[in-house]
Amino acid sequence: MSSETITHGHAVAEVHSHDSHDAHGHDHHHEESFLSKYIFSTDHKMIGKQFLITGIIWAIIGGLFSVLFRLQLGYPEATFPFLEDLFGKWAAGGRISNEFYYALVTMHGTILVFFVLTAGLSGTFANILIPLQIGARDMASGFMNMLSYWFFFGASVVMFASLFIQTGPASGGWTVYPPLSALGQASEGSKLGMDFWLISMALFIVSSLLGGLNYISTILNLRTKGLSMTRLPLTIWAIFFTAVLGVLSFPVLLSGAVLLLFDRNLGTSFFLSEIVVKGEILPNEGGSAILFQHLFWFLGHPEVYIILLPAMGMVSEILSVNSRKPIFGYLAMVGSMFAICILAFLVWAHHMFVTGLNPFLGAFFVLLTLLIAVPSAIKVFNWLTTLWKGNVRFTPGMLFAIGFVSLFISGGLTGIFLGNSTLDIHLHDTYFVVAHFHIVMGVASFFGMFAGVYHWFPKMYGRFLNNTMAYIHFWVTFVGAYLIFWPMHYAGLAGMPRRYTDWSNWQSFNMFADMNRFITTVAMVVFAAQLLFVFNFFYSIFKGRKVTTQNPWGATTLEWTTPINPGHGNWPGDVPEVHRWSYDYGKDGREFIPQTEPIGANESKH
Amino acid sequence: MSGYFILAILGLAFILTFQIAKASEYVSVLKGEEKSFKQNNRINAFLMIVFLVLGLAGAWWCNELFYNKTLLAQPAASDHGEKIDFMLVITIAVTGVVFLLTQILLFWFAYKYQFSERRTVYYFPHNNKLELIWTVVPAIFLTLLVGLGLFYWFKITGDAPKDAQIVEITGKQFNWMMRYPGKDNILGRKNYRLTDASNGNALGVDWEDGASHDDIEATEMHLVVGKPVQLVINAQDVIHDVGLVHFRLKMDAVPGIPTTLWFTPLYTTAQMKEITGNKEFVYEISCDQICGSGHYSMRGVIIVETQEEYDAWMASKKPQYLTVKEAAAPAPATADSTAAVSVSNTSKPLAQLK
Repeated sequence: MSSETITHGHAVAEVHSHDSHDAHGHDHHHEESFLSKYIFSTDHKMIGKQFLITGIIWAIIGGLFSVLFRLQLGYPEATFPFLEDLFGKWAAGGRISNEFYYALVTMHGTILVFFVLTAGLSGTFANILIPLQIGARDMASGFMNMLSYWFFFGASVVMFASLFIQTGPASGGWTVYPPLSALGQASEGSKLGMDFWLISMALFIVSSLLGGLNYISTILNLRTKGLSMTRLPLTIWAIFFTAVLGVLSFPVLLSGAVLLLFDRNLGTSFFLSEIVVKGEILPNEGGSAILFQHLFWFLGHPEVYIILLPAMGMVSEILSVNSRKPIFGYLAMVGSMFAICILAFLVWAHHMFVTGLNPFLGAFFVLLTLLIAVPSAIKVFNWLTTLWKGNVRFTPGMLFAIGFVSLFISGGLTGIFLGNSTLDIHLHDTYFVVAHFHIVMGVASFFGMFAGVYHWFPKMYGRFLNNTMAYIHFWVTFVGAYLIFWPMHYAGLAGMPRRYTDWSNWQSFNMFADMNRFITTVAMVVFAAQLLFVFNFFYSIFKGRKVTTQNPWGATTLEWTTPINPGHGNWPGDVPEVHRWSYDYGKDGREFIPQTEPIGANESKH
Repeated sequence: MSGYFILAILGLAFILTFQIAKASEYVSVLKGEEKSFKQNNRINAFLMIVFLVLGLAGAWWCNELFYNKTLLAQPAASDHGEKIDFMLVITIAVTGVVFLLTQILLFWFAYKYQFSERRTVYYFPHNNKLELIWTVVPAIFLTLLVGLGLFYWFKITGDAPKDAQIVEITGKQFNWMMRYPGKDNILGRKNYRLTDASNGNALGVDWEDGASHDDIEATEMHLVVGKPVQLVINAQDVIHDVGLVHFRLKMDAVPGIPTTLWFTPLYTTAQMKEITGNKEFVYEISCDQICGSGHYSMRGVIIVETQEEYDAWMASKKPQYLTVKEAAAPAPATADSTAAVSVSNTSKPLAQLK
């Protein structure tokens, strides 16, 4: 807790930073150059920060896109001259053109799903937390780790460049279903922009694989003495399962992307058959457009858990630390993540109930999909029990963790609707789906990420984020998220289709104009609150209140045994040995017992 | 100008927030971090309860505002739709109970167990009995939901009745085209390479197939109330989706892979006007799968009517084969010259018509 005596904490910190030069000097006695320290760094902590900051930049772009197309949805009649200044011909007269609307929607989805919530989330926290929490000096391969970031950077450059192409970026939705994404005749965005999208994704997948293999081998091989798998913090378990999911499913997306590139540029017919587009009869026969959907969702569904699991892991950790109580049902938590990890591979076709999928096959996907609700329910009840009879400190990280649980419940329950194929026939591709996945995958994972940033910022930068701004950020975002997405369920229950730029010509869907205006207004406020966070983040890196104690949250895990500003190698002396699991909070009348403390003679068993 | 004004206000608001945030940090240092931590903790714990109460009230209010705009407020217009609505209500009930229970516990615990120096936490790392309960109970409820869902799923996706009327619907950017099988109740064979919209063959029907000669083409879909209909769904260019919101149904239209969907309309368009109290009511076909820049405008219309009205409409239509033949007969030269623009093999069946 931050209330510990300040002078004492300072002294400890200084001793340790001296230590780091003495004891570890034989490895790193040379002064690191700017280039090797900040750019081509192989230090996992710096790479984590690179992922985080790149993710933040992407989140601003992707979030801004959503605000811009929400303007169109909220005020379909209005014109916004600044849009023409910004986008030129794409927003002639101050209105976003239909073509560009779809480009914005596509980019919003792609950026947030892949660049922010995959790379920005697991890239950041896997890198920062794995070595620190398992007691390793760095990743198994620092070089591969660096490559992982730079492939991500390359993917970012290609994707960003696609925004400036004359025919615009990809505009077929983030799922890029062919034939729409395969035929330049069908859509402007399916011209050069789509090639850029596919190349960018290919680079992204390479980055993800390099990172994932590294995370897995580090967790399996580099744990410090005494740290058995069942003593790991749940963050590490979550990241481990995330990495396994990514390694096994991303290659399938790569195959889909490569085949689509072939169809687009080499005249193959993997996904194309019997097509007449704009009066032109294409020669392709025998392909299957549905095949791509299988390849896509074989990654696409595990992807949801790639996004969600790290958030779950961090939330488990933060809830426990700030309830001053062990996480309830540690083994059940690990087991449920394992179950989610397995089931994630077996449910992809629930995105395809209305594609003409064999109904008999569909039945298995219904069963397996709803099975996921069981481990999810276990997790929720375990989180609730963790709070029960705890001593809750509402640090900003804790607030976001509680918000995560609330959002996960709300968004998870609507999954029970959509996973049941009978209801999916009605609700598929309506705003019900938009509400569902934004709450459970988008906002909830963002909350996990924010919780992580607020909780581990002191470890990353040796300073705290400003609390007041954090509280404003949390409450505005939390309330705003519900105000934005809760009403959307009703539009979905009216059957209002997603990905429409305008509903005013429809008898069936034109009654939600007020709601759309309201949602747009709230979205702008929430976006402004995110900018406040971004400001807080960068300001606090340089000017935040300094961390003066080694273990500001009173946590048991190993990252808080490092110096306040750990150097490359993390521990100045020997890596500490672990003697217990990571959740001994409130045991035997002690507030917490660090993992490094040997089991006492009279200690009670659990 | 107003844009800069708004930006300036936003900028000022930012600076103000920042100054307050900064000041409160200094104050907390002056007051002692312990004290300000406790104060902040109390405020946030209180806000948790406020959020819970206002949130539930807001959810209630939201329901009041929007319930009547959803389809829950009106009967489903197809037999399948009725099953889906029933299933929806059951699911809302089950998940609603879980939602209330868990959200209330979450925020109540957060408030009740807020930090207090007097409290010692209860070291409670696991309890097998509890964990078994909340594994088994959700599993039972989910099994029931899956069972009910699959029971309906197989009914809805099962074979259409033998007497079902057949209607073909084909999507292309950005409209729908309908085809009726005519008296023989058989849709004529198609070959996408024969597609030639400028010569009256927008669907690529193979006129060599005799079954195609009585096929009727239309831009609106007419259905008979109470009579099962089977839709044969095609797409020409990209994936579309036949969204039938009032019937609670949808099915993708995939190029190269025909799909089907069947249902029985329960109310005529006129009856639905009365039920919904909306004089403008019309059954709409919405495209529910993103298909390009005009996706949002890809609208079709279904008219559900009595058998007599349907027969009268059908009698007014002429088979497309005859229309094409008549158009081709008087001026073969022009037909040929337009045909030459498109793919060569379309001219072959046209020639045989003469």
